[in-house]
Amino acid sequence: MQDHRPTPEQMLARLQTEGDEDSAASRRGKLKIFFGYAAGVGKTYAMLKEAQRLKSEGRDVVVGYVEPHGRQETETLVEGLEHVPLRQINYRGAVLKEFNLDAALSRQPEIILVDELAHTNAPQSVHSKRWQDVEELLQAGIDVYSTCNVQHVESLNDVVAKISGVIVRETVPDDVFRRADELSIIDIAPEDLLARLKEGKVYVPAQAERALERFFRKENLFALRELALRRVTERVHADVETARHGRGGNDVWPTGETLLVCVGPSPSSASVVRSAKRLANAIQAELVAVHIENASTQQLSPEARNRLVNHLRLAERLGAETVTLAGDDLVTETLALARRKNVTKIVIGKSESPRRWFRKRASITDRLIQDSGEIDIYVIRGKADSDSVEGNDPRTQAASAFVGSRPLEWLGTIAILGLAISLAWLLDWLGASQANIVMAFLLGVVCVALKYRRVHAVFASMSAVLLFDIFFTTPYYTVVVDDAQYLVTFVVMISVGLIVTALTSRLRETLWQTQRNTRQTEALYQLGRKLSGINGQQFLAAEAERAISELFQVQAIILLPEDGVLRPVLHRDASFAANPSELAVARWAFKHETIAGRGTDTLTASQATYLPLLSPAGSMGVLAIQAEDVGPLFIPESRRVLEAYASQLALALERDRLAIEGQEAMSAVEREQIRNTLLASVSHDLRTPLAVISGASSSMLHANTRLDAATQRDLLETIHEESERLSRLVENLLRLTQLSYGSVEVKKDWFPVEELLGSALGRLEHFLATRDVQIEFDPSMLMTHCDSVLMEQVFINLLENACRYSPSGTAIEIRGRQKGKRTILEIADHGSGISEEDQERVFEKFQRGEQSITDSRGVGLGLAICKAVMDAHGGKISVSNAESGGAVFRLELVADAMPPTADETSDDTTDNKPIGDTPS
Amino acid sequence: MTENLSERRLIAVIEDEPPIRKFLRASLGAEGYRVSEADTVQSGLRMITQEPPDLIVLDLGLPDGDGKALIAEIRQWSTVPIIVVSAHDQEREKIAALDAGADDYLTKPFGIGELLARLRVAIRHHNKSSSGSETVSQIYHHGPVRIELDSRRVFLDNVEVRLTKKEFDLLALLARNAGRVMTHRNLLKEIWGPHSTHENHYLRVFVANLRKKLETEPARPKLIITEQGVGYRLAESEDFA
Repeated sequence: MQDHRPTPEQMLARLQTEGDEDSAASRRGKLKIFFGYAAGVGKTYAMLKEAQRLKSEGRDVVVGYVEPHGRQETETLVEGLEHVPLRQINYRGAVLKEFNLDAALSRQPEIILVDELAHTNAPQSVHSKRWQDVEELLQAGIDVYSTCNVQHVESLNDVVAKISGVIVRETVPDDVFRRADELSIIDIAPEDLLARLKEGKVYVPAQAERALERFFRKENLFALRELALRRVTERVHADVETARHGRGGNDVWPTGETLLVCVGPSPSSASVVRSAKRLANAIQAELVAVHIENASTQQLSPEARNRLVNHLRLAERLGAETVTLAGDDLVTETLALARRKNVTKIVIGKSESPRRWFRKRASITDRLIQDSGEIDIYVIRGKADSDSVEGNDPRTQAASAFVGSRPLEWLGTIAILGLAISLAWLLDWLGASQANIVMAFLLGVVCVALKYRRVHAVFASMSAVLLFDIFFTTPYYTVVVDDAQYLVTFVVMISVGLIVTALTSRLRETLWQTQRNTRQTEALYQLGRKLSGINGQQFLAAEAERAISELFQVQAIILLPEDGVLRPVLHRDASFAANPSELAVARWAFKHETIAGRGTDTLTASQATYLPLLSPAGSMGVLAIQAEDVGPLFIPESRRVLEAYASQLALALERDRLAIEGQEAMSAVEREQIRNTLLASVSHDLRTPLAVISGASSSMLHANTRLDAATQRDLLETIHEESERLSRLVENLLRLTQLSYGSVEVKKDWFPVEELLGSALGRLEHFLATRDVQIEFDPSMLMTHCDSVLMEQVFINLLENACRYSPSGTAIEIRGRQKGKRTILEIADHGSGISEEDQERVFEKFQRGEQSITDSRGVGLGLAICKAVMDAHGGKISVSNAESGGAVFRLELVADAMPPTADETSDDTTDNKPIGDTPS
Repeated sequence: MTENLSERRLIAVIEDEPPIRKFLRASLGAEGYRVSEADTVQSGLRMITQEPPDLIVLDLGLPDGDGKALIAEIRQWSTVPIIVVSAHDQEREKIAALDAGADDYLTKPFGIGELLARLRVAIRHHNKSSSGSETVSQIYHHGPVRIELDSRRVFLDNVEVRLTKKEFDLLALLARNAGRVMTHRNLLKEIWGPHSTHENHYLRVFVANLRKKLETEPARPKLIITEQGVGYRLAESEDFA
C-alpha cells in the first residue's frame, strides 16, 4: 500500500487539476461525439433520436446544424426541434448555408446539435473548421452533440487513405477526440450498410453510384469498421485506466512516456508525423515534434518553407508539443532536447535528402542511432501526401537551384577561376614550379569556397584540377598526362579543395547561426531596453510598432482596450485596423488569447493577422500585422521572434498599467490624507467665525431693547466682518479643491496688473482700511498674461497674508517690473519676516507662519493656493526677507509672447485728437 | 392704504433658499418694496405672468431648471429688469445670463446696500428706455469727476481732462449706463463696431488709461469699477446716489 501512496507533488498536481476542472466545469460544456466508420451508419439519426428523448425529458435542446442528405427518416426526426437559424453566405455566386455560431452563442441553449464535426466552414466564417466552432460552444458552457466518421480523425487520415484510396481533406484533431466527454459508436454491419446504400437511404441516388465505386467497397468498409472500433476501444481502455488509477493516478497518460518526432520540409514528413501520433496513442505517450533550424533550412525554397510550417501545424493539431530549435547539428540538438524532455522514443523518417557527392559524415539516422544511448529510434518510411508531391521533389528543386536560381554566383565562380588561371600562367611565364602553379589554383578554390556556396566550391575544385591537367601538364591541351606523379598531384589537389570547401561552409554556417542569433538577441534586447524606459501606453505602442514594422517589413498596429473597447492606439482612423470587421477579428484574438486572422485557422478572410499580447495577467492588447505576404511570418523562426516581441510588449504594457495603478493608489492615499487634515483644520477655522456670528446675533435677538445703539452697531459690524472672513475662507477652500483636482481651466489673457490689483484691493477694502498700500510699477502700464480670476485670488491672499503678519498701520509695498516676456511682482510687508527653514514650507498646504500678529486664525490655505495658481500658470512664487525686515513675496510670470504696449493698443491714432481741443 | 400699495414697486424674488428669501423679504419690505416669492423656475414663471413685477431677482442655481432659459423666455415678451444672483466663481454663468438678457448681477454673499443700488439703477434705466425720451441728465457727477455728455467734455476738479475720441466714447457709454455692469463684449461691440477683432486687452488698456487720467488712485479705482472676469461698471452718478 505504501508504494501506491501519491507523492505530495502528485497530490498537489491533482488538486490543481481538480480545481481547474471544478472551475472549468461550471463553464465548459460537454462534448458527445456520435462516431461511425462511414457515412450512412446512422450517426445523425442516433443523435436526433437522443435529442428527441432529451427534449421529451424537458431539456433545452436545439439544432445548430443537421445535414439532412435528403433522407426521409432524419427529416422526420428533426421536426419539432428548435433550430438556430442558419447563416447564408454568398460565395462565388452560390449561396452556402452554414452553422451560425454567433446565433447559437446568443441563444445559449443547454444542448446543441452540430452535425459533421469535420466540416470545413465557408470562407469569411469565424473559424475555418467546424470543430473550432464546437470548441467555442463548449467554452461558452453549452453541451454539444456532434457526429464524425473515422476517416476524419487526423492521425488516422493517411491510414484511411491507404485503405480506401480516397484522400479525405476534412480532418479533426485527435485532441478534440481525446477531450470529448463521451464517444458513442454507431455501428452496423457493412452488409447492412451496403444494402441501405442501394435502397438510397444514404446518399441521393446520383451520388450513390460514384460513392459506391470509390469508397463503399465491402473490404474497405471492413477495414474502416475495424479502425473505428479499435479507436473506440483505445478510448474505453484509457477511460478504464484513468478510472482505475483514480486517486493517486499519474496522468491521463499513465505510461509517462514521451515520444519525439523529427519534422522537416520533406513532403513525406507529414506521414511520419501521423505515424508517430498513432504510435504515441498506442503506447499512450505524449508527443513532441521538433524542428531544427540551421543554415541549410534557412536556404529553403518558399514552397519547402510552407511545407515545413504545415507539418509543424499538423503536429500541433495532432496534439503534439512543437519545438523549434536553432542549431548547427541536427543530431546533437535533437538528442539534447530528447534528454531534456525525458524522451524515450524518437521517430524519424528515412532520410530522403539528395545524396551529396561527398559525405564525410554518417547519415543523420545512423548517427542518431549511434548516439541515442538508451533512447529507442524508430525509422519510418514516410509516404508523401499525393497532393504535395507534385513538383515539390527536393531533387528537382536542388536541380533548379543548381541551374537557374543564382547565375551571378556561377559567373563569379568562373571569373575567380579565370583569375586563378591567369595567375597560374603568369607564374608559369615567370618560371615558377608546378607546385606554385597548383597553389594558384588552390587559392582560387579557397576564394570560391569563401565567397559562394558549397556547390560552387566543389565545381571550382574539379575545374581547377581539370584546368591544371589541360593547360599545365604535358602533353598540353589534353587530359592525358605523361607522368603518373601528376595523378597524386590531382588527388591531393582535389582533396585539399574539398576539405577547404567543407571547412569553409561549416564555418559559414556557424557564423550565420551566430550572427542570426546575435541579431535577434540584440533586436530583442534593444526593444526590451527601449520599452522598459518608456512610460505610457501610447509611447510603448508607438515604439513597438516602429520596431516590428522595421524588422519584419510589415505594417504593425497595436490595439489596446480603452474603457473596455479595443482600439488602435495610434493612427486611429487611417489604418486598416479601424475597419469594423477587422476590429471584430482583433476582439476575437483578444478575448480568446489566440492568434487569429490571415494565415491562421480562425477568421482567415481578414486583411491582417492578429496576435494577442499575452502577459501573466492575461491579454493586454492585440498586435495587428498587415503584409503583402504573411507566409514568411509563420516560419517558425520569425514567428518565435514575433511572439517574443509581442510578449515583451505585453510585459511592458502590464508594467505600465501596474505603475499607473500604483500611482493612483498612492495619490488616493495622499488625497485621503489631505482630506483628513483639511477637515480637521477647516472645521476649526469655520467654527470660529460662525461662533462669533451666532453669538453676536443671538445677543441682539435676546437683548436688543437693553443694548444701546452703539453696542448694537458694534455687534452688527462684528457679524458683518466675520461673515466676510467666512466668505473668503470658503472661496479659498473651493478654489483649492478645484485646483488640486485639476478642474480649473486657466484662461489666460493680457491684463494690466494695476487692474487685477485694483479689484483685489477693492474686495479687501474693509480689511485694508488702516493700511497704506504703495504701488510702484515699471513700466507704469504693466501688462501680465494670466487668468484674471485666479490671479486676483493670488493678490487677495498675499495682501491678506501681508496684513496678518505685519503690525497694524504699517505700509504694504507692491513693486512690479517687466523684462521682455517676464513679469516680476513683489509684495512686501513690514512684519518680522519668515525664518529660512519656513520659506519653503509656507507654500505647503496647512502651513501657518510661526506667529501671526493680528490673530491666530487662518488655515494656511492662502499661500498653497498662490503656489497652485502660479504652477498652473507655469510661473514661480518665492519668499525672502527684506533687509529692513519683513517678508517679500515674489511672483514671476513668463508670457508666451511679448506684452502688447500701450501705443499698440491705442490704434485709433487717426482720431487721437484730444477732445479738449475741439470744443463743440 | 390700497393706493399706497399700488404705488409701491413689486419685486419678484425667484430663489430656492428660504433664508435668503426671508432676508430679502425683510430688507426689501423695509425699503418700501412689495415682494412676491417663488422657489422654482416653473412657479416663478407663473407668478410673474399673474402679476407682472417691476423687477425680478433671480437665483441662477434653481433646482428645476436653467435660470438662463428663464431669462430668455421672459425676454420674449417683457423688458422687465432682471438681476441675477450667483456664486463667486461662476464668471461664465454670469456672462451667459447677461447675454441672455439679464440687466445686472450680484455675487453671493452680497450686502443689502449693494442689492438696493442695483435695483435702483436697473429700475431707473428701465424707465428711461421705456419712456423713450432721452430726458436723462446729460451731466454725470462722481467725486471730483464731471462728465458733460452733450458737449463731450470731462472735468476733474473742474479742470478739463483731455481724452481721445475712443476714450471719451467709452467713458460716455459707461456713463449712460452708470451703475450697471457692462460686459467686455458689449463694450467692444459698442465702441469698435460689431465686427471688431480686438482682444479684450485693448479695452483694458483703454480703461487703464482712463483711470490714470480720472482716478485719484488708479490702483484703487472709485470711478471705473472692475467686475473681474465680466466687465466694468461706472459708479453711479452722485445726482442719484
